Amino acid sequence: MNPDASTIAAGAPIEVDLTPVAEGQDIKVFWRGKPIYISHRTKKQIDEARAVNVASLPDPQSDEARVKPGHEQWLVVIGICTHLGCIPIAHEGNYDGFFCPCHGSQYDSSGRIRQGPAPANLPVPPYQFVSDTKIQIG
Amino acid sequence: MSGPSDYQPSNPALQWIERRLPIIGLVHSSFVVYPTPRNLNYWWTFGAILSFMLGMQILTGVVLAMHYTPHADLAFKSVELIVRDVNYGWLLRNMHACGASMFFFAVYVHMLRGLYYGSYKEPREVLWILGVIIYLLMMATGFMGYVLPWGQMSFWGATVITNLFSAIPYVGESIVTLLWGGYSVGNPTLNRFFSLHYLLPFLIAGVVVLHVWALHVAGQNNPDGVEPKTEKDTVPFTPHATIKDGFGVACFLLLYAWFIFYMPNYLGDADNYIPANPGVTPPHIVPEWYYLPFYAILRSIPNKLAGVIGMFSAIIILCFLPWLDAAKTRSSKYRPLAKQFFWIFVAVCILLGYLGAQPPEGIYVIAGRVLTVCYFAYFLIVLPLLSRIETPRPVPNSISEAILAKGGKAVASVAIALVAAGALFLGSLQDARASEGSDRPPGNKWSFSGPFGKYDRGALQRGLKVYKEVCSSCHGLSYIAFRNLAEAGGPGYSVAQAAAFASDYKVKDGPNDAGDMFERPGRPADYFPSPFPNEQAARAANGGAAPPDLSLITKARSYGRGFPWFIFDFFTQYQEQGPDYVAAVLQGFEDKVPEGVTIPEGSYFNKYFPGHAIKMPKPLSDGQVTYDDGSPTTVAQYSKDVTTFLMWTAEPHMEARKRLGFQVFVFLIIFAGLMYFTKKKVWSDSH
Ligand code: FES
Repeated sequence: MNPDASTIAAGAPIEVDLTPVAEGQDIKVFWRGKPIYISHRTKKQIDEARAVNVASLPDPQSDEARVKPGHEQWLVVIGICTHLGCIPIAHEGNYDGFFCPCHGSQYDSSGRIRQGPAPANLPVPPYQFVSDTKIQIG
Repeated sequence: MSGPSDYQPSNPALQWIERRLPIIGLVHSSFVVYPTPRNLNYWWTFGAILSFMLGMQILTGVVLAMHYTPHADLAFKSVELIVRDVNYGWLLRNMHACGASMFFFAVYVHMLRGLYYGSYKEPREVLWILGVIIYLLMMATGFMGYVLPWGQMSFWGATVITNLFSAIPYVGESIVTLLWGGYSVGNPTLNRFFSLHYLLPFLIAGVVVLHVWALHVAGQNNPDGVEPKTEKDTVPFTPHATIKDGFGVACFLLLYAWFIFYMPNYLGDADNYIPANPGVTPPHIVPEWYYLPFYAILRSIPNKLAGVIGMFSAIIILCFLPWLDAAKTRSSKYRPLAKQFFWIFVAVCILLGYLGAQPPEGIYVIAGRVLTVCYFAYFLIVLPLLSRIETPRPVPNSISEAILAKGGKAVASVAIALVAAGALFLGSLQDARASEGSDRPPGNKWSFSGPFGKYDRGALQRGLKVYKEVCSSCHGLSYIAFRNLAEAGGPGYSVAQAAAFASDYKVKDGPNDAGDMFERPGRPADYFPSPFPNEQAARAANGGAAPPDLSLITKARSYGRGFPWFIFDFFTQYQEQGPDYVAAVLQGFEDKVPEGVTIPEGSYFNKYFPGHAIKMPKPLSDGQVTYDDGSPTTVAQYSKDVTTFLMWTAEPHMEARKRLGFQVFVFLIIFAGLMYFTKKKVWSDSH
């Protein structure tokens, strides 16, 4: 009962153009039926994400490890709450990041879990920059 | 089902069969001469009620499956088409959907009965465990059935519940992928759920046979908890138990019919009338009411894995009940302490159910934790402890002695108590919709409310005009065909008028012989064309917020009624949250934004819209649409008319539903009365 061939084929990598996303904005694209948030972070958001003591986080991970070097302003995460799979809302909650309306999990501007029942950070999908303004997800 | 039967049919043909397959003897020994304790009360009729409900669900389900399309793009629409176009499809669907709730209601009564009278104790442990297995299968079936209409709650309920399995260490993720058949809940998920939803009821039926078999081997427990000793303690199953069960079923049908014909959406969630959208999570995900206590337990534990374990063990713990409660006395009737704790436990379950429907914040979370502890403490501390410290009252020597001591206690109040308790518990769901700081929509007098409600034809015709001249420039009405305008219970146009109305529209058709799409005038069978070719276009043309289709809007919108209103609603048949909300939003625009509310650019202030910032500009103004029947051309009148019209588009067969409901009620009341007097006659020599 695992995914059939067509489902797997439809899950091939996609390319996303980043030019239209202004600073402080984000877009949501679908890949493999999952919403992917691509946010163009502001300086403030990046600084906030880097200022926290990594060891104190529920799921310790540094912001550097979650973005691509040289493209710190871009955060790409799978927008599926690691608790029970709802879609968190961007730009909400107390950490300048995401807020899940279902059971109240809050993620910071690096997509890391800060508060609530979710056990892990929002996962970063496999992606790379094909040019400065274009990424390939998958 | 206990031992060989010595039944010999007198008819030679039946004798011939009986010698080869003693099936008549089996039925005879199990359901005719089978001795049943004389002192059973009406709580014991729930076994029959449950069998009846299982049959009902299978029957209606099989017919529904003939009309249903299990595909992510078509499922929602196919359910709507069942309700609108299939003969008595609305009845089938209501029977099946409300039937699930009634099935669970009956099973909870049945389980609590077993708990109260100690029906799980030696020698009925296996009987009890089989019951728990049936309950688990029912939960799985009910969950998958709720997914099939593919509305917002279906989709997100499925997402949340399947994700429960991702909490399992190491293999969790692969299990979830296996359940989905993809990378997220989608079409493969819907297909396998449909398949399993069709299969599981037959498994349930199989386990029910085992359950009844075990029951007939161990014999029925009874309110006094003493085993029948002599002939005097029992009566034959037929006619005594059959007629009593028949009366019980008839009374239960009254409650069931109340939901089917008068409150079909009382137990449902308005969000499930919005087609599933994988990109938007509803603000508040609530499972069906029968899972709420367990959902509350899940949410009150702040760790994911522990929460899932807590939730499942709340059910599994029931299997161990026979060994957790070691008290020799079965019935709580003779256990003064156990009786009190039983009722506390019932209250805890009801409160947990209530909390499960509340947003997970503040006081609700703390209360949830306390009650979760109480729930488990009942099984793990109270019951084992009670069996050691409690001194039970003396138990009668035999059933006949118990009956003599009792001397006729009235049980007629049971039905009333049931209805009241049920309303309280079931209604908690209505409360789920938090009002989110918006003002409460004012109530209106609708011609279609109440048990004899009918649509006001004039209002429907005026409402159609308002829709056509105002709303239709942005909002679709895609489930309504022009032919519907001429159908009974609708705006009352003739077939010719509906055809003329249709021909005013241009409908896209094709491809023709040359392979081109072309436009032609509408025909009665065509549906109202939508103003935008697709959702993206609608979104782009309207500042990012797509105007919703209006066919179902009065059912897809609601607002929190809050405690205690939802209880009164059950008795007053108040069902008009949707229309009240729609009418209120249409009239709720205000130019002056109150202090402390900020409205973003491109939005408008609306008093009743959740969050107050609505993208739709004020649609109606006085005198905008001309009426030729002399009705006032005011915003208030327009709103009322167009809301009435939209109520009809959401439920074109409402008049038929209420009319049939009245007939069914007259019949059921007479039937239940006859059953009652027959039962009295049959039992007259046994009390
Ligand atoms: S699904 Fe996000 S908090 Fe539960």
